[in-house]
Amino acid sequence: MGAIRIIRPGLLTTVQDLGRWGYQAQGVPVGGPMDPYAHRLANLILGNAETAATLEITLIGPELVFEQDARFVVAGADLSPRLGDRAVPMHTVCAAPAGAVLAFGARRGGARAYLAVPDGIQVPPVLGSRATQLVSAMGGVEGRALRAGDRLEIGTAGGAHAPPGRSRRAIVALPARGAVVRVLPGPQAGYFTDAAMATLGASRYTITTRSDRMGYRLDGPRLEHARGADIISDATPLGVLQVPASGQPILLMADRQTAGGYPKIATLITADLAIAGQLAPGDWIGFEICSPRQAVAALIERERPFVQG
Amino acid sequence: MRGPRAKAGPRIVGAGDSTLIVEFEARVSPAVNARALAVARAIAAAGFAGVRDIVPTYCSVAVSFDPLRTDVTALGAALEEAAARPAPRGRRTPAPIEIPVCYGGTFGPDLPEVARRAGCPEEEVVRLHTARVYRVYMLGFVPGFAYLGRVDDRIAVPRHATPRVRVPARSVGIAGFQTGIYPTETPGGWQLIGRTPLEPFDLGRAQPCLLQAGDAVRFVPISAGEFARLSGEAAPA
Repeated sequence: MGAIRIIRPGLLTTVQDLGRWGYQAQGVPVGGPMDPYAHRLANLILGNAETAATLEITLIGPELVFEQDARFVVAGADLSPRLGDRAVPMHTVCAAPAGAVLAFGARRGGARAYLAVPDGIQVPPVLGSRATQLVSAMGGVEGRALRAGDRLEIGTAGGAHAPPGRSRRAIVALPARGAVVRVLPGPQAGYFTDAAMATLGASRYTITTRSDRMGYRLDGPRLEHARGADIISDATPLGVLQVPASGQPILLMADRQTAGGYPKIATLITADLAIAGQLAPGDWIGFEICSPRQAVAALIERERPFVQG
Repeated sequence: MRGPRAKAGPRIVGAGDSTLIVEFEARVSPAVNARALAVARAIAAAGFAGVRDIVPTYCSVAVSFDPLRTDVTALGAALEEAAARPAPRGRRTPAPIEIPVCYGGTFGPDLPEVARRAGCPEEEVVRLHTARVYRVYMLGFVPGFAYLGRVDDRIAVPRHATPRVRVPARSVGIAGFQTGIYPTETPGGWQLIGRTPLEPFDLGRAQPCLLQAGDAVRFVPISAGEFARLSGEAAPA
């Protein structure tokens, strides 16, 4: 076993895998990567299983040292990674000699980068997952964001891992300052006026600073309820747009609660998690209402790099 | 309460491309909730490839799946079939799980307010809260948080307009017709009337959750001394 040591943690760096699925009926939130495609791609390029735990790095990256020779891949947001004084190419297997320091700089595009290391970050699984869920303080390192001095075990550089230089293209063009994502109406579109759906499809919303891994609180044209803003609490699936009485929607993301009592006008399509997960407070977000057929086509397109291996 | 088709039978709606939801009549009732739990059990037993999570709530069940691995048409058909079945009969009401609660004082800072709103002494609030056997309708909000109902209308006080920033773990509260226990310290808006020495959620147990949807629960009043003995924690003055 090798290890990496955190010198500076950055803004919000957490251990993530594909999430703690299967326990929402117990009230346990799923967690997992905000951009699951970039997480999976980082693992794919390095030769890991896609379930291997990566570090999710948010806007301002950490500074960390490899305690032994190790290969790694950075995918997703381009936060100007560098190894020592050399720039690290995105989506490419790189070799770090023992003692090398990986650091990050300016945000060039996207919001969340994923660092894959051999065999993944070796924190103990909690309820079957290594994903950090900050609100329930579960998974990762003591259920919290990384701190200076944390030491994380990883696999070794050898074995079946991909050779340095192996590279893949990014999954999506990284959004710059904002993006349009596709949604399907529902599950509670009937709780809103027809005008609300039209407004949603025609407007740009700002992702406010009160946004986090649980959800993006949006600011923009009000979405009018047709029959009140309260429902009997029900499940809150990944990517739903719930609308409280204020009419300002909240896009529920990885760390969302398992249930909520607000009507949900529309739901992000799975493929566009790759875009939504790369947005940050201050960016704008727009919603294109699409059809189930378009959602399936988008999903197949998004999966192409993974199917080809 | 309200719903686009509150009178219609169960309907299946999608949430994006990776969740199907069965919505029953939009009301809080043991019979409706029992049907939702039965659908959740049926789908779990069917063992569909790619299903990630089955989340029963008061009157609905959400099934989240991997859209690349799950046969959505077959899943939808199975949900429809399970939802069409009548409420399960013959399932014995389980024996109530007894939850000891130390009411009032610093453990239940809102007990005086609940009593004032109910127009009765604090002892009567405690009597009403402990008189009923409650149903666990669902778990949610945070790990192990069980939504119990219905409380007596006289003590069904609304939650605080502004939630507390910190509600201590194991606090017992009321929010409208619901009552419940905070498993961990979180922000929360429920009216706090007491505290239990039991742990609602403990990863050290084989089954971390003390309560499961469908369980029956009765609260039992205990003294500060008993609380201290059961929890190994200092009781309030």
